[in-house]
Amino acid sequence: MDTTFAQRRRRDLIVAGCLAAVAALVPLFVKDVYVQNIMVLTLMYAALSQSWNILSGYCGQISLGHALYFGLGAYTTALLFTKFGVLPWFGMLGGGIISALIAMALGYPCFRLRGHYFVIATIVIAEIGLLLFHNWDWAGAALGIDIPIRRDSWLTFQFTRSKLPYFYFALALACIAWLVTWWLEDSKWGYWWRAVKDNPDAAESLGVVVFNSKMGAAAVSAFLTAVGGSFYAQFVSYIDPESVMGFQFSLLMALPAVLGGIGTLWGPVLGAVILIPLTELTRSFIGGSGRGVDLIVYGTLIVLISLARPEGLVGLFSRRRKGAAR
Amino acid sequence: MPLTAETIIQSLASGLLMGLLYGLIAVGLALIFGLMDVVNFAHGEFLMIAMYATFFLFAFFAIDPLLSAPLVAAALFVFGAVVYLLIVRFAVRAKANAGMVQIFSTFGLAIVMRGLAQFFFTPDYRSVTHSWLGGKTVSIAGVFLPVPQLVGALVAIAAFGALYFFINRTDFGRALEATREDAGAVALVGIDKNRVFALGWGLGAALVGLSGAIMAMFFYIYPDVGASFALIAYVTVALGGFGSVFGAFAGGIIVGLVEATTALILPPSLKSVGIYAVYLLVVFVRPRGLFGSM
Repeated sequence: MDTTFAQRRRRDLIVAGCLAAVAALVPLFVKDVYVQNIMVLTLMYAALSQSWNILSGYCGQISLGHALYFGLGAYTTALLFTKFGVLPWFGMLGGGIISALIAMALGYPCFRLRGHYFVIATIVIAEIGLLLFHNWDWAGAALGIDIPIRRDSWLTFQFTRSKLPYFYFALALACIAWLVTWWLEDSKWGYWWRAVKDNPDAAESLGVVVFNSKMGAAAVSAFLTAVGGSFYAQFVSYIDPESVMGFQFSLLMALPAVLGGIGTLWGPVLGAVILIPLTELTRSFIGGSGRGVDLIVYGTLIVLISLARPEGLVGLFSRRRKGAAR
Repeated sequence: MPLTAETIIQSLASGLLMGLLYGLIAVGLALIFGLMDVVNFAHGEFLMIAMYATFFLFAFFAIDPLLSAPLVAAALFVFGAVVYLLIVRFAVRAKANAGMVQIFSTFGLAIVMRGLAQFFFTPDYRSVTHSWLGGKTVSIAGVFLPVPQLVGALVAIAAFGALYFFINRTDFGRALEATREDAGAVALVGIDKNRVFALGWGLGAALVGLSGAIMAMFFYIYPDVGASFALIAYVTVALGGFGSVFGAFAGGIIVGLVEATTALILPPSLKSVGIYAVYLLVVFVRPRGLFGSM
């Protein structure tokens, strides 16, 4: 079954449509709130990891500071709503735009850095953001923001009685992030990014505007991540600096893509579907008393998969694509 | 605290001492990076287990951190070599996504180590309560210096001196230098690359072990203690230029002084902002750090 690139892309789209349709039906059969909660988180991390993958996977600029954009999205939405009564939908858009602008402003100096210098710069910048929010009294400082509950409606994007609306929004978000990636893969940008990732000097000499490519990837990636952060703020209705901008979020966004297959279309989805339920289940079944068993399981899995399957778990599903990757 | 000449000298002096310790914490990282281009993202957790080892030697056998420091360093040497042989050796062989595999295999190890520490030692804060030096201060020309930090700084200077001698004057040091220059060529002259790497990891970890024993004299010990020091260590190493052992020494001093200066101007909770800002400023101007080669 030798397929062309165009046929493969069409097939990917059909598979994604079927998966989304099946996923949309799952809550009709699964009524357990705990399980629904895990499904929401899984979809959210699939979306976040897909966004992270655009900058770090396709364009090769490994960011371990995406918690900054996640937190900016969450804070913009929460602050606009609690201080000015602005609906979360505008906060979501505003947070996305602010994050994209900040990503480009930061990218301007940072994209000159390479390798570990870049990675550490991303960690350090997110950490500065965290410390600033920690000390910003108007934004609640270390105590954070309690988002007041008005009434359950799509207008205020608050639902206290059912998790289903959150589920469908997270599903939509994951689909949008996937579709954006799918569309970008075959666009001019997608080709530029892969060229920049493989060899920036060669790409530059062939006429790819390396700097602009990186800026584009950063903006798209930050925008989508911030929308995820806005969603999270509404979902948990309480945020503080550590819980939305902490380093662990940067890591949690990267891991599904890394485990599933970095720089691949399906990697983040596959990684999230395996990793998030596993983390949540180990946490509640054996790690409940804060004894760290969840961390041990999680960490061991990361070590084993990154050593045994450096190309990610996606490789298991498609023998042909693995052959083509060589 | 009013800004007088005395307070400024006082905080610069303690910043200098802390800076020398930061250099000692970071130098193992720089050594390993210089040797094989790998950043150990479990570096902070190496420091954490060294601190716990010091604590337990004190709590169960009443061995003072000053005496247990060589024991802890030796234990960490073995641990570092084992980590290389069991994990890193395979990570550097990865055919796909090599950079990513290195980052995440050591990150995974860090998470496992934190989990194990929580499991076996509980998340409680521990401290070495009454060590010989703990809590003591000396006054030198009117500047008060905490004795543990002062001794730590002297140990750091001695360790850097020994390391300098070791790298430049011993066979193993030459093998280390040769391997970092060209790992392929050393294999041709009969040096076992894996052995050099394992010893390099051991040496790097032993230096962290030494710093951990000193840190345990004046710092709380808990499973996440490594995280904040690790970030400082990365910044220190990057400031000095990745892989430059003596860049780490200079980087440590800069970081210590910047931290102390920031704490004079900004609220204490923001003292790390100064370090991070200086890192960004330096790499924006010199993308290879202060002492890194282009």
